[in-house]
Amino acid sequence: MSDNGYLVGSNLEKALRAGYFVATGELGPPQSADRHEIEHKAQFLKGIVESVNITDNQTAVVRMSSISVAVMLMELGIEPNIQMTCRDRNRIAIQSDLLGAHALGCRNLLCLTGDHQTFGNHPNSKNVHDLDSISLLQVCRDMRDKKVFECGDAIKGQEPRFLLGAAANPFADPFEFRPYRLGKKARAGADFIQTQLIFNVPKFRDYMRRVVDLGFHEETYILAGVGPIKSLGAAKYMATKVPGMEVDPEYITRMQSCTKDLPSLGEIKAMDDPAEAKAARNARKEAAEAEGIKICVEIIDACKEIEGVAGVHIMAIEWEEAVDEIVKTCQLGPKYDPARQPA
Amino acid sequence: MIVAEQKPLEEIKSMIADARKVLVLGCGTCVTVCFAGGEKEVSILASQLRMATRLDGQEKEIRELTVQRQCEYEYNELAADHVRDADMVISLACGIGVQTMNEQYPEKLTVPGLNTSGLSQPTEQGVWEERCQACGNCVLHLTGGLCPVARCAKSLLNGPCGGSQRGICEVYAERETPCVWDQIYHRLKDLGQLDKLLEIEPAKNWHTSRDGGQRKIVREDLRL
Repeated sequence: MSDNGYLVGSNLEKALRAGYFVATGELGPPQSADRHEIEHKAQFLKGIVESVNITDNQTAVVRMSSISVAVMLMELGIEPNIQMTCRDRNRIAIQSDLLGAHALGCRNLLCLTGDHQTFGNHPNSKNVHDLDSISLLQVCRDMRDKKVFECGDAIKGQEPRFLLGAAANPFADPFEFRPYRLGKKARAGADFIQTQLIFNVPKFRDYMRRVVDLGFHEETYILAGVGPIKSLGAAKYMATKVPGMEVDPEYITRMQSCTKDLPSLGEIKAMDDPAEAKAARNARKEAAEAEGIKICVEIIDACKEIEGVAGVHIMAIEWEEAVDEIVKTCQLGPKYDPARQPA
Repeated sequence: MIVAEQKPLEEIKSMIADARKVLVLGCGTCVTVCFAGGEKEVSILASQLRMATRLDGQEKEIRELTVQRQCEYEYNELAADHVRDADMVISLACGIGVQTMNEQYPEKLTVPGLNTSGLSQPTEQGVWEERCQACGNCVLHLTGGLCPVARCAKSLLNGPCGGSQRGICEVYAERETPCVWDQIYHRLKDLGQLDKLLEIEPAKNWHTSRDGGQRKIVREDLRL
């Protein structure tokens, strides 16, 4: 049952409804049954973001399941945002898992189509795609609001209640259709949207202008996807190898020039003293990481000024340590937003 | 049409290892048109098998025949003598032909010489592209005549996913396979029917597809 007029009463829902510029985080489960890795990553996210997305076998690589990691996060005092893709489960398995997820205490759910299995480590597997992200949203909304399963049968007893999220890629083609697709997801039941990583602010601004003109920002909360770039290599990889991703060339230049006053990799190789070489390599790494965080902060600050953006979704997968500095600098989230501190 | 590709010679050889007299049986319909299992391909495979088995020191007697349509009993009746004389049959028909032969001549095993790979359109000489998945619940009226069930890597029904870039599907980017949802978008735009893309397509009924079990059409008006 909803409490105080909230759909589910999660931290994320409360922060969004309160009108704070929110920050959500993300955690990629391990490719093993190791709980310690989750505990290690979780410490960097605790208390500083509203909720933490837990990916569902992202890029189609087998990992610990999203719902089981969600339970571990709740035990550690972190609100999870579980993810569910249509790639590996049909409507029977999806609804079944979501009944369990509610019973275990999960209240936020991101509905996705899922990366194709050819990108992952089991390319010969059979995919499901019984539903797609939009029909999945409808099914989840009807379970919550109409108390019915997809087949129309009534849910006798507690219905699974989730704040429903969906993804949006403002940079994919056909570009002019993308705002409508976001609107379609809102109509299908998305209470919030998390976008693809933004490294092209002007294009995102154009996209949001159209979303706002169409009024979709009033139907769903839109969180801009952001993340720190760790190295020049990572920037180049995202620019050239990740489909549906656009990286402003300026960021690549900046990731390159931030180390220009430091010894080059060639010079480091020629160093005789291993300790000196190590220190020089570290200095390059630190300079790149600092620049990556700086860019991320600038993008967040820019997003704050874009009409219709309700917050940011910070994706710092395998670099969870960076999130604290980012939210601190941007003054976001339960810990650092001045508007949320007790007087 | 139904399209197919020949299996590797080594695989075919291993399937007939225990036979001495083998019939290579082609089909004169779809697989002839797609150059996989017609008279010419039967002749080539038969020659390859004769040579290969001779080189292996276990020469087999390979006979060849092509019937007009291997998925129907009456055409396969013409192969009765050949089948009787053979220890085994290699069918160069689609999977339907192979099964028809096994059903019609249960005393002999018919093995597949082809991999049946889809319902495709020949888009240029030597190129066949899948167009239909026979889902039993056609949506082409909603999508400008382009099928997302067969042509979208994820069979999406509500528009392009985030992996559509410059009109190319991320899954087959190296093959430059078009994103069918990008094609549908532009087609509907040209037709002035973009509003169709705003409609939410609910969970599809897959019961009419293979998911509902093996399909069977019975037309009482045609039965004798």
